This record gives sequence, structure tokens and C-alpha cells, in this order.
Amino acid sequence: MTSALGKDLLALEPLSSEQIRLILDTAEPFKEISERSIKKVPTLRGSTIVNLFFEASTRTRISFEFAEKRLSADTVNVASSGSSVSKGETLVDTARNLEAMRIDMVVIRHGASGAAQFLAERIESNVINAGDGTHEHPTQGLLDLLTLRDHFHRLDGLKVCICGDVLHSRVARSNIWGLKKMGAEVAVCGPRSLLPNAIDELGVTVFSRIEDAIQWADALNVLRLQLERMQGGYIPSLREYNRVFGVTSERLARAPKDVLILHPGPMNRGVEIDSDVADGPHSVILNQVTNGVAIRMAVLYLLSGGRPELAEAAKGGGGR
Amino acid sequence: MTPRNDAAPSILLRGGRLIDPSQGLDETGDLLITGGVVEAHGRLGEVRRDGAAQPEIVDVRGRVVSPGFIDVHCHLREPGREEVETIATGSRAAAVGGFTAVCAMPNTDPVTDNQAAVGFIIRQAQRAGGAKVYPIGAISMGQQGQTLAEFGEMVGAGAVAVSDDGRPVASAQLMRTALEYARTFGIPVADHCEDPTLALGGAMNEGVMSARLGLRGIPAEAEEIMAIRDILLARLTGGHIHLCHMSTKGSVELIRWGKERGINVTAEVCPHHLSLTEAAVEGYDTNAKMNPPLRTAADVAALQEAVKDGTIDVIATDHAPHHYDEKEREFADAPNGIVGLETALAVNLTWLVHGGSIGLPLLIERMSCAPARLFHLPGGTLRAGSPADVTVFDPDASWTVDPAKFRSKGRNSPYAGQTLRGTVAMTLVDGRVIHRA
Repeated sequence: MTSALGKDLLALEPLSSEQIRLILDTAEPFKEISERSIKKVPTLRGSTIVNLFFEASTRTRISFEFAEKRLSADTVNVASSGSSVSKGETLVDTARNLEAMRIDMVVIRHGASGAAQFLAERIESNVINAGDGTHEHPTQGLLDLLTLRDHFHRLDGLKVCICGDVLHSRVARSNIWGLKKMGAEVAVCGPRSLLPNAIDELGVTVFSRIEDAIQWADALNVLRLQLERMQGGYIPSLREYNRVFGVTSERLARAPKDVLILHPGPMNRGVEIDSDVADGPHSVILNQVTNGVAIRMAVLYLLSGGRPELAEAAKGGGGR
Repeated sequence: MTPRNDAAPSILLRGGRLIDPSQGLDETGDLLITGGVVEAHGRLGEVRRDGAAQPEIVDVRGRVVSPGFIDVHCHLREPGREEVETIATGSRAAAVGGFTAVCAMPNTDPVTDNQAAVGFIIRQAQRAGGAKVYPIGAISMGQQGQTLAEFGEMVGAGAVAVSDDGRPVASAQLMRTALEYARTFGIPVADHCEDPTLALGGAMNEGVMSARLGLRGIPAEAEEIMAIRDILLARLTGGHIHLCHMSTKGSVELIRWGKERGINVTAEVCPHHLSLTEAAVEGYDTNAKMNPPLRTAADVAALQEAVKDGTIDVIATDHAPHHYDEKEREFADAPNGIVGLETALAVNLTWLVHGGSIGLPLLIERMSCAPARLFHLPGGTLRAGSPADVTVFDPDASWTVDPAKFRSKGRNSPYAGQTLRGTVAMTLVDGRVIHRA
């Protein structure tokens, strides 16, 4: 059965605004399940899901695992550091082996851009991209959209600035596509050495000064600064990065309005974001984490062929 | 003048369109080949030879008869990677593609950086019986970019040029010395222009596609910086710099600048850079991964124009076979390169000739006459007395590319499944038919 999303969720770029809205709307009833004392519904009973993580991940892997377990799926976690090349077995062999075990879905995190699509083209199971290289991280983009929509009750016309290392960020790409499709205005802000040269061709505004971004934005999505970028020579020092691009309460205080703060985590406190901002009243960083489970439940449900209008009923048993 | 080989059969190609830019020839007529050399061309009427075997008469009406194509840039992988390609399979693939001679790049294992290695390639090619194979020796020992290889001995053994292809010569001083030293022997220095620091880790063209796909890009400037360095070093030394597989509009402008000043620079372009753009990478198709990468439509247009106006002298394949396993992986980890010998003519015809950018004589100039002239090779002409290296092709016939049918061991082609125009009917080397469709 073909789902409303197709076989796989690989990226937000190819999705329509209707499909994105469908996922966000489907996530709403799933939020409530996680608030119950018995956090489990039988929706995916009998389904087998493999969480295939070629890159270290704590938050995303646990979030997917909770989403799967709360939907009663049987799950297996496969963690492997390094690329398939250093591991010895090729990704295509991994794919064939999974297929041979007759699994229903694969959640893949991989260091190579395109790895999720590579897998999806070679197996019949549904594939969910949990982050591929510097390409996309669609469920992160979706949970960011849900968090913004929770707060502002709209996405259309919202001004969102993505701050930091856009060049290497899959979160940035998924956010850019997702936000633009939903009618938001998108900007990026960071050192030019960490922005793709062709960034403006993606239809976003570029700010070189974080102060200007803060003046403009309704919300900032502050990206994690990968510490290896400094060794890679993209920026001279973390200290200077914080001085020039850090999201600080002093800078936010000069904004004409309250600016909502998102961060995909894990945070480098004192580098891209100061602690009093991360822990402050306008931070929705933990709401993002909560929404992550609901978004992933919605994606699992929809890809498994679940009908959107039945999501409410799929909660089962009438809730409280 | 090529010595006659009277054991070679006599062939009369009857009624084809003879196109030979080396002598300004484009007319319907016959080509008589005897003793491995071109004996005569024109309207030959009835050919009768007293006391000798009568020539085999081949009707080539509706087909083009041209000097055999010469590829100055291919990778035959032997020695070292015989599971991917051998001199035998590569030179036979060349014959199928209408090439009568190819130049083999030295990035073999071990590297072709000495006279014994050059001699090995020549012996293997003689055994193979396909297209002629001319070795290109390495510029530096082991292609390490440190010390010059023995150009003199390699040339003595049969090398026709030097190159560290695939391993750009980073040191300007080494390139300077190579150009000076190569001048002694009258051979070109062929360079793969790439600034290794700018291109480091890149998997495709840098631009909006690389930004979308999250792949590390290689900017056009990585090529152009080295192209202008090489052109300036050719000016300094008077040596002949041959710039391999040019891929950008900027490179074309730099070559034009150099040629206008009389600098001894020549350049080649590959069929894929004349036909495809970075859009082919969409979906992370590793058969669209090569170095230099596929660029933009503006680059393709500039390269086509450069082929037309002579800024680019030669079309070469950069035939680079890989095992299918090697390409069946994550894009960033897949090796660079595609096979090209068996599709080059059809790609050039489809995009350049049928595309309306150039005519058949100019295509033959770029694929046969110019390569022979620049690399000082026999062939590239149908003049009486020259070696009978001849290609007969149908410029209009359509066919669908099926890599499973390639004679090359490589299957890595971005043209798989595409319908192209132009088929090779016959390839003759020294009067001997090495391919007949």
C-alpha cells in the first residue's frame, strides 16, 4: 500500500506543502500518547524496524526508538561507527542483508550525503532518513516546524533565521525547504566561510551580522558548531565565533520583540549559544525534543500505510 | 612515409563520403588501401591489379570515411588493475568506438615512469591487435610530484608525451622543469589542472547543486588557477603544455588568452563535458561522478564554442573504467571517471554535429587530425602513402547505449539507456580491419 508520503521519507525538498502539513497534523494526536502513564498503542504491532546508525547519535536514535516502541513495533538497533568503507562491508551489502531478513522499515543515519536514498533505491522496505551527511535531516526539520507552529499558530509569513554552520548542516537544508514550502521567510546568518557559496540561489536572505538577524527574525534556529570545523580552518577560533556570532542575552535584549530560540542539539554552551539564552524563557529547545517523538510516530504511522484521518483513532482506547 | 606491408590485404572502400580535413577533402569517392597504406582516393573507377589478389570491395555508400580517430587521453589500467580493464580489452573497445590509436595514461600500478614500463605497454598492445596504443610516461617518479622521470629513455621506448594525470603537479618548479626538459625531446606535457587544496574532498561541481545535495564542491577556480599557471610556465619555458579535460568557461578564456599571445598551449575537452551538466548528479548517480566534475550549462556552451573556434584543439575521452562494485556506493566514496571509448563518437555527433554547433569535417579535425599533429603521431590523414588508419561511420544511425554490450570491462556510463546517433561501421589499422559492425 502506498502511503500519502510514498515509500520513504528521505528529504523535505521533494515533499509538497500538503504532505508536510499532513505530517504535522498527524503528529498532533500522537503528542498525547507520550503524556499518558501507559505510553503505548498497538498501531505498529508486528512491524519490524531496524535503526541503522552509522554515525554516533544519542538524541535522534533514542527519539526514534521511543516513537517505535510507543507504537508497539519490534525494533533492532545497529550501531556502527565510521563509514561503510572503513567498516569493510559496503552499504549495498548491508542493504541486501536487511532485505533478506524481511524487515518493514529502516531508519538510517549515515555520514555520506545520499546514503538514505542509496538504501531506499535498493530495498523494498520503507526508509526513513535520520540524517545523511550534510544533505538533509527531514524529521528534525519537521519537528522544528511543529515547534514553531505550536508557538506561533502559523508558519506562513513567519521569519526564521538559521544561524551558524549552514555549509555542513543537514538540519539547515531540511529547515530551509520545509519552512519555505510552508510559506515562511528564511534567512541564514553565519561566517561566509560556513555558508555555501550558492546559498542565495536557494531563495534565502543572508545576514552577515547576527545583530541584523535578531532584529529581523521571529525565531532563530541556532545550529550546533561542529568543533572539527575549527580544525578544518573554516573559522579561526571558538572564542571569536562566540564574540561575533554567539546568540547572547545582550544581543537578544536589543531586539524589538521577543525572539523564539530553537537549537537542534547537542548544544555547545558558550559557543553558538549562551546558557542564559538556552535556559531562558524564549527557548523551546526541550519542546523540540518532545515534539521529535510525536513527529517520528507520525512519520512511522504514515509510511506504514496508516490513514491520516484515523490517526486519532490509532491512539486507541480513548486516551485517559 | 610508412613502409608498405605487402602481406596486408587490399581493400577498396567504395562510394563513401571521404572527409579528411588534413587535406581539405570532403567529397564522395573511393579509398584504395594496399600494403597497409592509403594508395589512392577519389573516383577510382574499376580497380584491377595485375598478377595480385584483387582488392576486397566494401560498399560504404551513405557512410563517412575519415582518418581514424585518435584518443590522446585514456586509462587502460594495465598493469595493476587488470580486473577493471586490460590493454587488450581497452584497445578493442577503442576499435569498436572508431579509434585507431589511443594514448594510455601512466597512472598504472606500478606507475609508467620508466622505459621498461613503456615497453611493456607497447608489447601488450601489439599482442592485442586492437587500436594502436601509445604510452604516456609519468612526469615524476611514481607520480609523486618530487623528481622527474626519465623522459629521454621513455621517449626512446615509445612514449609520446608525459603527464602525472590524476595527480596534479602541485609544484610550479617541477612543472617548469618538466616543460623545459620535455622540450628537449619535442613532446608535450599534459597536465590535469587542479589545485589540490581547493579541490580537496570535492565530489562534484561547486554551485547550487552541491549546496542542495550536501556534497562538497570543486570550484571552477581549482581548474582555472592551475590552467593559467601552466600557460604562464609554457610562456616562460617555451615548452608545449597540453591542458587535459578542460571543463570550465573560465579555462576557455584563459586558453584563448594564451593562444592570442602565441604561447604553446593546446587543450582537450571530453565528450561528457560537451554534453552533460551537473544536473546529471541528481539522485547521487555515481556514473555522473568524474574529475573534473560535470559543470553548468554555461560551461558546456563555452566549451562547445571553444571546440568550434579552435580554442580547444582536441576531443579526448578520459576513458576511465571502474569495477561496478566501486561505483555502487555512497557518492562521496565512489571513484571518479566514466568509460568513453565506445560512446565518444555518438555523443559528439549527437550533441555537436546534430546539435548544430559544428560540421563533420571539424569533428574529424578534433578527433583525428589535431591529436595526430599535437602528439606527433602517425595517422590523422588519408593522404596517399600514409598508414591506412581509417574509420568508417554512419553519422545518422540511432542506437541505444547498453553498457552490458561494451567491449570495455567498464560499465560506468552516464549515457546508459540513452538513444544516440552515430555508429561505427569499420575501423582499420594499417589496412587491417580491426572492427566491422
